[in-house]
Amino acid sequence: MEGIIHSTESFGSVDGPGIRFIIFLQGCKMRCQFCHNPDTWNMNSTDSFKATPEEMLSTALKYKSYWKEKGGITVSGGEPLLQIDFLLELFRLAKKKRINTCIDTSGNPFTFEQPFFGKFEELMKYTDLLLFDIKHIDSEAHKKLTACPNEHILALAKYLSDIDKPVWIRHVLVPGINSSDDHLSRLDTFLKTLKNIKRVDILPYHTFGIGKWEILGIPYQLNDVNPPSDELVAHAKEMLHVDEYTDYLK
Amino acid sequence: MIQRDEWNGFEGRKWKDEVDVRDFIQNNYTPYDGDESFLEGPTDATNKLWGVLQGLQKEERAKGGVLDMDTEIVSSITSHKPGYISEADKDLEQIVGLQTDKPLKRAFMPYGGIKMAEQSCTTYGYTPNPKLHEIFTKYHKTHNQAVFDAYTPDMKKARHAHVVTGLPDTYGRGRIVGDYRRVALYGIDFLIEQKQLDFDNCGCGVMTDDIIRLREEITMQINCLKEMKVLAESYGFDISKPAKNAKEAVQWLYFGYLAAIKTQNGAAMSVGRISTFLDIYIQRDLENGAITEKEAQELIDHLVMKFRMVKFARIPSYNELFSGDPVWATLEVAGLGMDGRSLVTKNCFRFLHTLENMGPSPEPNLTVLYSSRLPEKFKKYASHISIKTSSIQYENDDVMRPVWGDDYAICCCVSATQTGKEMQFFGARANLAKCLLYAINGGVDEKLKEQIAPKYAPITSEYLDFDEVMEKYDVMMDWLSGLYVNVLNLIHYMHDKYYYEAAELALIDTDVKRTFATGIAGFSHVVDSLCAIKYAKVKAIRDEDGLAVDYEIEGDFPRYGNDDDRADDIAVWLLKTFMKKVAKHHTYRNSEPSTSILTITSNVVYGKATGALPDGRPAGEPLSPGANPCYGAEKNGLLASLNSLTKLPYEYALDGISNTQTIHPDTLGHDDAERVNNLVNVLDGYFDQGAHHLNVNVFGIEKLKDAMEHPEKPEYANFTIRVSGYAVKFIDLTREQQLDVIARSCHKSM
Repeated sequence: MEGIIHSTESFGSVDGPGIRFIIFLQGCKMRCQFCHNPDTWNMNSTDSFKATPEEMLSTALKYKSYWKEKGGITVSGGEPLLQIDFLLELFRLAKKKRINTCIDTSGNPFTFEQPFFGKFEELMKYTDLLLFDIKHIDSEAHKKLTACPNEHILALAKYLSDIDKPVWIRHVLVPGINSSDDHLSRLDTFLKTLKNIKRVDILPYHTFGIGKWEILGIPYQLNDVNPPSDELVAHAKEMLHVDEYTDYLK
Repeated sequence: MIQRDEWNGFEGRKWKDEVDVRDFIQNNYTPYDGDESFLEGPTDATNKLWGVLQGLQKEERAKGGVLDMDTEIVSSITSHKPGYISEADKDLEQIVGLQTDKPLKRAFMPYGGIKMAEQSCTTYGYTPNPKLHEIFTKYHKTHNQAVFDAYTPDMKKARHAHVVTGLPDTYGRGRIVGDYRRVALYGIDFLIEQKQLDFDNCGCGVMTDDIIRLREEITMQINCLKEMKVLAESYGFDISKPAKNAKEAVQWLYFGYLAAIKTQNGAAMSVGRISTFLDIYIQRDLENGAITEKEAQELIDHLVMKFRMVKFARIPSYNELFSGDPVWATLEVAGLGMDGRSLVTKNCFRFLHTLENMGPSPEPNLTVLYSSRLPEKFKKYASHISIKTSSIQYENDDVMRPVWGDDYAICCCVSATQTGKEMQFFGARANLAKCLLYAINGGVDEKLKEQIAPKYAPITSEYLDFDEVMEKYDVMMDWLSGLYVNVLNLIHYMHDKYYYEAAELALIDTDVKRTFATGIAGFSHVVDSLCAIKYAKVKAIRDEDGLAVDYEIEGDFPRYGNDDDRADDIAVWLLKTFMKKVAKHHTYRNSEPSTSILTITSNVVYGKATGALPDGRPAGEPLSPGANPCYGAEKNGLLASLNSLTKLPYEYALDGISNTQTIHPDTLGHDDAERVNNLVNVLDGYFDQGAHHLNVNVFGIEKLKDAMEHPEKPEYANFTIRVSGYAVKFIDLTREQQLDVIARSCHKSM
């Protein structure tokens, strides 16, 4: 079995606890307007490469001496759950070696239907943490922003809470799109219903990825949107009560 | 056993009988594993003096880099009357002593070479007294003259073509660390007695060259010790006896160092491993209630202020090599003892804390002797200071301790030397990238189009064949290593003869061990070039004379800096091969040969003189510094790059393997606490795998660009960055070097 891999990063320090080896998998079905890696969308990209879970793990293990007690492997993307067979095998092997495992996901591929759900349940046995993106709390607005509705994503959030799987919520703050008080307070209310949230991060929207859209020849639709001001970010942090989620420090 | 009042409260026997500072430290220091909360801020006196000094530094910069120069007096230990940072506030100075009679005034030092001493004056609009010219051309030979009297034509050609660059034939060789602690612990009289004993026991009466030379050297050393007393007297101190408290210990030690920097303008004038030694005195005074923590910090702040003031008159070509006016007043903190105890004391915190009390600064060149087994709180504090100031470097105590023991110092940028027991014959770098081009072109220089190396058969095929290149490269490296070692033999013979470091060697054991330190430039380019030839197809582009002057690469190839064994194995091969070739040759005074992969900022100058390389680097572009991977080669992030470095065996590069990395604060963590923890983990992981050295910078490219365009902004006055081998104020670099620093990829994740 092989995974289709966009790239790897030996020094990830903001995608999960400690220092992490990050594997960016190819492929994503969401079409987020603010995406800074549109080159990971297509499953068939000329720049990607294939590797077995064993090969990826042995590459990752070269960086083990930097991980100490907290660090480990994060699989990001693209959307890692699109390659759940690869992910499952990779994490199963990683857990044999007691490596801390983390998935950075939008939750979009999630469904309770088989065969996906059975695999996902199995995957959760080998997963220590999920970095979970909630792009918009309102399904209509979510669809506009990402080309997909959000019901199944919120269902995944609830499921993870039910099985008490640690989650860090990440919310990309895009001014005028998901920065309104109405949206933030609804998101806050939703997060409050979950009992597994260890940390909440506001990630200010940035425009570093625009160049990639140009290279790929895809029209960028947020040209009129500027990164949020420090005040807006601070306000959003307050609205989501970011400071109250401190379990990640334990 | 001698017992002295000044030693009350100090334990141990051996060190009381004969000079043995290490034994004193091991018997008396207090390891500290607490945090930084005990530290004190600057006193009013510190703020005032530092304010005056910053004003002078501003004035110095406004005047083109030199505030004042001596044009009349030849510098010696006793040449100048006392000087102070400010005459009006001299009572505020806890630690006194300047190189000349005024702050930042540069002394006239002609023994390295009269031409250079004169040129360093005239460059800045000063005219040295013509009498000095007469004396040092008619009546007294200088080191530079002597070297050129003896050079062979081949040596001159190699020097001219820059295949060997940075030879200490126009400046002091430096890199000798006197054990300045001895002045404090023993006082000068005891040190003279000990040297006199050595003199009395020197030789059986048969006058061989070695014995004659040694007897003369010991006498010169004793004379310097006597002069140190006169120097101290001029400032109102009697250093004939040991220091009796912390303030005297700091002052005594500094007088020893001052004697060194008044007599030598060496390329590196390290201070040494003084932190834990001085802590013993401070701790005794604190316990006796003789001083407060505030006063203790003030002593260290004022000592460090003095190290920030060390200046030498330099010529423009020197500044191009070593930009930003560095002196390598290198000073170490931390490390572990042979018995496993941490050598971290409160004083290690105090020295790092000077970067907070007086802001970032390139000097002294603060070096943390690192081990993952250092106390966690100290590791975190050091990381915190790195993130805040980008002013400190880290060296792996775990690889150095087995070789050099637990009382070594760093004698230059990264090179270890046993304190008080060793000296180094150092100099220059062999440009191994140019050597590769000579292998391809049969010894003809690609820039000068002259035959520099022996006329071996060139490669004539269109596409370079790996085996053929390797065979020719091996022979060419034989030639270069032999020539290089012999140039250094000649230079160091003359340096001993005409510019002997009597003041520093007076504070080193008479039976001194000598090392012979060579160096490599262009390391990563050779590795990548060989990879390109081996794994891709490299076509030589030849000019009308058939000389290969450019290269076209077809296909991909592995590159050093990605944790890819295909490339890294070649890196290891290159280091081992060069070192083995160096070790074949006779080295002056039976010194032990070693090599280094460190280039300081000279990578820009070396690059200018080097043609296009088979790795795709265009002619004239800067070489990548030290053991750093080539610019743009690192594709898998910081740790992959660091892992490549960990594969280079330190035992083959005992003079050091320099690596400089810049990390954007955003990629180091979300907040300060995360950044500190992550940096500690990076250092632990890197050094646990056996790497030797790391310069850590934490800032973004945007800050560098703004500082280059707006050097006048107050926040950039002390903006310090680590470059290969030392730290420098960014605005003091030449624009060319600023652009070079910016061009190096900052590790920022996608």
